Amino acid sequence: MNLIVPIKMVPDLVEELVIDASGAQLDPEALRLKLNELDEHAIEQAILLKEKGAGQVTIVAPDLPDIDDALFTAAAKGADRLIKLTGNWGNGVNNHALARVMANFIKTLRPELILTGVQAHNDLDGALGPQLAEHLGMAYVGYISGVTLANGHVRARKEFPGGLIAETQVQLPAVLGIQAAEKPPRYVPISKVRATIKTAQIETFPAAELETAGAPLVVRLFQPEAGARATMLEGDVDAVATRLVEIFKEHGVL
Amino acid sequence: MTIPTITNPAFNEAFYASLQTPPNGERVRTCLQCGMCSGVCPFGYVMDFPPGRMIAALRSEIFDRVMNTDTVWMCVACYACTEVCPSGIPLTEKLMTRAKEELILAGKVPAELQLALENSQRYGNVLGQSPRKRADWAKGIQATVPVFGKEKKSAEVLWYVGDYASYHPRVQATSRAFAKLLNALGVDFAILGPEESGDGDSQRLAGERGLFEMLAAKNGQAFRKYKFNEIVTTDPHAFNALKNVYPTLGISFPVRHAVQFLAEHLEQLKPLLRNPVNGKITFHDPCYLGRANNIYDEPRALLQALPGTELVEMSHSGKTSLCCGGGGGGMWLDGFQWEKAHTRTSEWRIREALAAGATTLAVACPYEPPRFEDAIKTIREASGMEVRDVVELLAESME
Repeated sequence: MNLIVPIKMVPDLVEELVIDASGAQLDPEALRLKLNELDEHAIEQAILLKEKGAGQVTIVAPDLPDIDDALFTAAAKGADRLIKLTGNWGNGVNNHALARVMANFIKTLRPELILTGVQAHNDLDGALGPQLAEHLGMAYVGYISGVTLANGHVRARKEFPGGLIAETQVQLPAVLGIQAAEKPPRYVPISKVRATIKTAQIETFPAAELETAGAPLVVRLFQPEAGARATMLEGDVDAVATRLVEIFKEHGVL
Repeated sequence: MTIPTITNPAFNEAFYASLQTPPNGERVRTCLQCGMCSGVCPFGYVMDFPPGRMIAALRSEIFDRVMNTDTVWMCVACYACTEVCPSGIPLTEKLMTRAKEELILAGKVPAELQLALENSQRYGNVLGQSPRKRADWAKGIQATVPVFGKEKKSAEVLWYVGDYASYHPRVQATSRAFAKLLNALGVDFAILGPEESGDGDSQRLAGERGLFEMLAAKNGQAFRKYKFNEIVTTDPHAFNALKNVYPTLGISFPVRHAVQFLAEHLEQLKPLLRNPVNGKITFHDPCYLGRANNIYDEPRALLQALPGTELVEMSHSGKTSLCCGGGGGGMWLDGFQWEKAHTRTSEWRIREALAAGATTLAVACPYEPPRFEDAIKTIREASGMEVRDVVELLAESME
């Protein structure tokens, strides 16, 4: 079976987020990208399926900074094909544009099952998975935390709020939005990643023209601002803590 | 736990051979099966295969049974077994570390440890903090802390700060104290700031050799950019790596631990130590200062120079010192080890300090203040006991 995992890079929140001079986007100079955490789960789920005899795993990614590391790490874990799409990505594009480009390319791979992270922290215009499914004319089920393959379909465990879990049967081909792999993403020792860098190939294909239509336009990006009713406590930790206790007492909480 | 009945003699043979490399690896063949290693190990009693039994398993060609257990992760790489082995077998450095390497290669990595390794890989520090903020601890303090590449191109001393001393809020206090001491002594020094990476020694002893080599290469590159006479560090793990292991990778620079450096400046330091210390101090010998590198006298000399010091010794001291539990990956296996042992060696140690009548536990390793201060919180009788790095006690005495 042809398992495809489209992945995306997102800003690493360990680094300070700086808004650039335009006031509408993050400063690319200050940005460091990392693989979307839930895409790591999608990769793990695909490799777990492969290990159960499901077939070949292909990772598809936009050609963004640090993408090679993410791709080689996926290969060291067991992915078979690594593909990056080259184009004018800047530091990332909206999911409408990404989904169009990805769908356009993934079509050529004759996908049977597409696994992708159910969401990313920078999804402003909906998740990638459902948009991909729409462009490819496939079924989509999201919030999946476990996948079993059967003849021509998959059984997917879908999490609902309130602790309910459903088992859904999905006809293939389909797109699944992965919330969690059956097992946490594995660790690959650096020695294995290094060996993979020597043997694995990253294939490069040009991305189709980026078309961002349909997504909201960001007009202003800003740090959270104190509302009129909020009081910001200033000073060192002790002073703030003392004042907090006073406030709790004033309101009868303590 | 299921132990497979089918064994893998080829794996057994390859593993056994991999231990018998210089220096002293061949001594594994001279194991007497005396059991001293397993007895002295702080967690030997919870291991399915403590060191002596691991060697017995190797000789019986059933070592893959060891690989099907997870209690090797109880090893805190404290060198206690190596210290007592009458055959001089490098148990910590080779047997235990190689076993962990095999577990990591087989993907059997406890989740807590995995996060620490991934952080080291991505951010160059085990705490998963921004590498750009590595020198932020030095912002807004009185002492000046020059950074190589910014304020200086060369200095007498390159101060290797290390992960915990750079990022951990408690251990940053040690860094501030050391900065104060270096300033007071008029030492020409600088730090690497964002160009510094974790030393990787505990990652190596947790079985991630490749990660260690990657971090060492990054540090080596940074060291070579600047001119300095020696490296000084407050971290015994970094000291051990720089002194004993980096040279095997072609990264060779003179290095001293802060207590050695300060002991050499003791006469200059003495008149600056004005404030008396109250109560009794006991010194906890860090594994990588003591057993691994035979440095026992310098920290005690420094403590005795404090006005009003009464130095007392714990029942385990010097070569028999008891590990704080942080070495060999233990720092990142707290939950795992708690589940297995339901105790922490740091708590055991605090009880020893209490029994010795100490009111202050002096340390010289960045793993220790947070570990021991946490242990104090769990022991009622110990409330009020202070944990201080030797450099903190010296700096406080100067105030």
